[in-house]
Amino acid sequence: MLLITCPWCGPRDESEFSYGGEADIVRPPEPEAIDDAAWADYVFMRTNTRGLHREQWVHAHGCRRWFKAERDTVTYDIRATWPMNEEAP
Amino acid sequence: MQSYSIFSLARHALSGHKNWRPAWRAATPRRRYKVIIVGGGGHGLATAYYLAKVHGITDVAVLEKGWIGGGNTGRNTTIVRSNYLWDGSAALYEKSLKLWEGLSQDINYNVMYSQRGVLNLGHNLQDMRDIRRRVNANRLNGIDGEVLDTAGVKQRVPFINTSADARYPVLGASWQPRAGIARHDAVAWGYARAADDLGVDIIENCEVTGVRREHGRVVGVDTTHGEIGADRVGVVVAGHAGVLADMAGFRLPLESHPLQALVSEPLKPMLDTVVMSNAVHVYVSQSDKGELVIGAGIDAYNGYGNRGSFQTMEHFLTALIELYPIFSRLRMLRHWGGIVDTSPDASPIIGKTPVDGLYFNVGWGTGGFKATPGSGWVFAHTLATGEPHSINAPFSLERFHSGALVDEHGAAAVAH
Ligand SMILES: Cc1cc2nc3c(=O)[nH]c(=O)nc-3n(C[C@H](O)[C@H](O)[C@H](O)COP(=O)(O)OP(=O)(O)OC[C@H]3O[C@@H](n4cnc5c(N)ncnc54)[C@H](O)[C@@H]3O)c2cc1C
Ligand SMILES: [Zn+2]
Repeated sequence: MLLITCPWCGPRDESEFSYGGEADIVRPPEPEAIDDAAWADYVFMRTNTRGLHREQWVHAHGCRRWFKAERDTVTYDIRATWPMNEEAP
Repeated sequence: MQSYSIFSLARHALSGHKNWRPAWRAATPRRRYKVIIVGGGGHGLATAYYLAKVHGITDVAVLEKGWIGGGNTGRNTTIVRSNYLWDGSAALYEKSLKLWEGLSQDINYNVMYSQRGVLNLGHNLQDMRDIRRRVNANRLNGIDGEVLDTAGVKQRVPFINTSADARYPVLGASWQPRAGIARHDAVAWGYARAADDLGVDIIENCEVTGVRREHGRVVGVDTTHGEIGADRVGVVVAGHAGVLADMAGFRLPLESHPLQALVSEPLKPMLDTVVMSNAVHVYVSQSDKGELVIGAGIDAYNGYGNRGSFQTMEHFLTALIELYPIFSRLRMLRHWGGIVDTSPDASPIIGKTPVDGLYFNVGWGTGGFKATPGSGWVFAHTLATGEPHSINAPFSLERFHSGALVDEHGAAAVAH
């Protein structure tokens, strides 16, 4: 089980959290102005990084707040966690 | 090829089994091949075999970064079935099941395909409606299936907890008699041996580190054994699909996740079929050695670590005890994980990529073992002709642009 540090509640067991996938995916500001391929890229395509991965978690059984994390997808070590609206530390 | 039979067994017994030859050569890579297949799992090896056998293309190398079958082919729980909902999937998985039925004879290697049937349990009214719909769809597609009620389930597996006050009562199941399990290692070894016999080079410990392109066309790969040229390259690397796509300069709609499984201590024969439950979320079968083979869903996070978290195991073990109280004191012997490449519609991607001459066969996620022969069959066609076979045409990467997804979450929700 991972030990995940919620930016508000501190280190807690993984079972208190839900996973929110890749972070920093931005919805195209003008969907009607882009083609199907660009839209598919936003909706479906993922970088699926092997190594340091920026991702989202929510402290579902705790403060229920979302935050970002940088985690190594091979060793599963978490380098940092930080609130959604802040820059990575 | 030295043929395997009762006679060869007897003959080699006389010389103390000292003269068996290796099942395949340890090939050294040549400078160039007509077709390179990246990934020596069951799907890659089956592709090579059918390329040689069906299409007469033998100038083929299979490049495997580790050992043959060391990926998901050797890590899965071996459930084989074809009772998928949509026509596209039904054609693909049923093609595969038909090949399974003759595979041991075809490749002269006992893959121990045991058609012991699979039960998919329903626990509420909606489950049962979905099961009826799926079984009807299967039968319209020529795939065997029946709907069982609670008594029908109890008759096949007497120790399932079917009491009406169970938290998730067993209301019935779908039953596919021709489904079953197979010996996973034998599938990899058997295809490797048969492909090698037809002239395919199988190169282990050879990792692909780059995809060489010129003017938008693939010209070969970089490997830990140097550069190897090719007219066409087929990528069949399961959990590492994203890594190979990155080398070729595009992205896929896939995420890699750990998927775990467990085997118990050996028991006397007690379970002669396979039982899966979507809602309680566990599935179980009994191996020929007597061990229960148990699995369920993926770990939620992306991971390449060949291991997952304990709470995922706890989740499927509590489900196991809920359905089968008789297993509550069973001890588990081994536990492992593999890396599966899950797609948004729980269907694979088999076909062209943005790079000419480069084809991918990936995204099988939690349920591709059953498809090994059929996947190899259609991918060999794709690599030989440059165009998809009618069976894999619906499974293009293009479908994520057009929106024509093949949503199999219903049939594949409990993995496999
Ligand atoms: C625990 C578990 C249980 C499962 N249970 C079932 C089940 O019951 N039924 C079912 O149908 N499916 C099941 N599956 C899914 C099934 O195992 C896979 O879909 C299937 O085996 C994939 O086959 P493959 O040949 O594509 O992949 P693999 O066997 O993983 O082969 C891919 C190969 O590519 C190699 N490779 C990767 N990167 C490179 C590189 N850069 N260069 C060279 N080689 C590379 C890997 O080393 C690997 O050997 C399960 C999976 C797991 C993990
Ligand atoms: Zn919190």
